[in-house]
Amino acid sequence: MKIIVNGVELELGAATLAGALEALDYAGAVVATALNGHFIAARARETTLLAEGDKIEIVAPRQGG
Amino acid sequence: MEFYGVEIASRLLLGTAQYPSPAILADAVRAAEVEIVTVSLRRESGRLREGQDFWSLVRHLGLRVLPNTAGCHSVKEAVTTAQMAREIFATNWIKLEVIGEADTLQPDVFGLVEAARILSEDGFAVFPYTTEDLVVAERLVEAGCKVLMPWGAPIGSGKGLNNPFGLRALRAHFPDIPLVVDAGIGLPSHAAGAMELGYDAVLLNTAVAKAGDPVAMARAFAGAVEAGRAAYLAGPMEARDMAAPSTPVFGKPVLAR
Repeated sequence: MKIIVNGVELELGAATLAGALEALDYAGAVVATALNGHFIAARARETTLLAEGDKIEIVAPRQGG
Repeated sequence: MEFYGVEIASRLLLGTAQYPSPAILADAVRAAEVEIVTVSLRRESGRLREGQDFWSLVRHLGLRVLPNTAGCHSVKEAVTTAQMAREIFATNWIKLEVIGEADTLQPDVFGLVEAARILSEDGFAVFPYTTEDLVVAERLVEAGCKVLMPWGAPIGSGKGLNNPFGLRALRAHFPDIPLVVDAGIGLPSHAAGAMELGYDAVLLNTAVAKAGDPVAMARAFAGAVEAGRAAYLAGPMEARDMAAPSTPVFGKPVLAR
């Protein structure tokens, strides 16, 4: 199904947010996630189901002022 | 000085962006003996993992981090960003920015108060990036903020303290709340000026990161902050419009014919 990850439309087979992260090579990375504009805690990724057209944001620490 | 019950010795807070290299950032932070640095969250690629090295560096420095919500223009964006930051940085501290105008990066103070209330009720320790407006400051305190961070001038402008009168009034109005001048500071003299007004600390980034020698400039800012604080505690004289001779007039010999 088509999922938009960080603004890029991708074809993903993963059923859950955790599965999407694994499929996209984020294993072991320090990241936080949001789905359709709502924060999804790390512990909830396994049970967060994805649907066609969902928008995922995956962020990491970065320099800031 | 305490921020939300945490004792902080260094009154200079530094941003971590725009340095020529990670090594220079690390050297600048060490040179100024900074305890708190600001950080942000940005999109991460699973392949490139650009944020992971930066996070390793910050953790290695052993500093307390103050995550920001930079670039957020709505309450929802800011709240969601804060929630992500709390998880990733393992802190409930958040430098809350809700930007209202693109050219000046002026805070949307209405959205700021709303977001501050939501986040405070959710257990965050909110450091709001605000203006020097007294009424907005009152609302922020009512919303749960125990620190206020008024701007000196627009972010990255380096113009210093645009409204010393307003900043002085804010200090007088909130004698017991930690006040930090955040944004617009371009020179150590600006930082010293803020401290001479009785501000508890200053937060800056560009003035150090974009200096010809960021490490030397970080050191200069640390000295200025210390001098400004010492001057405030020493009790500066009142300014006056007319001259007043410092050398005694009495006893001056009469030499004119």
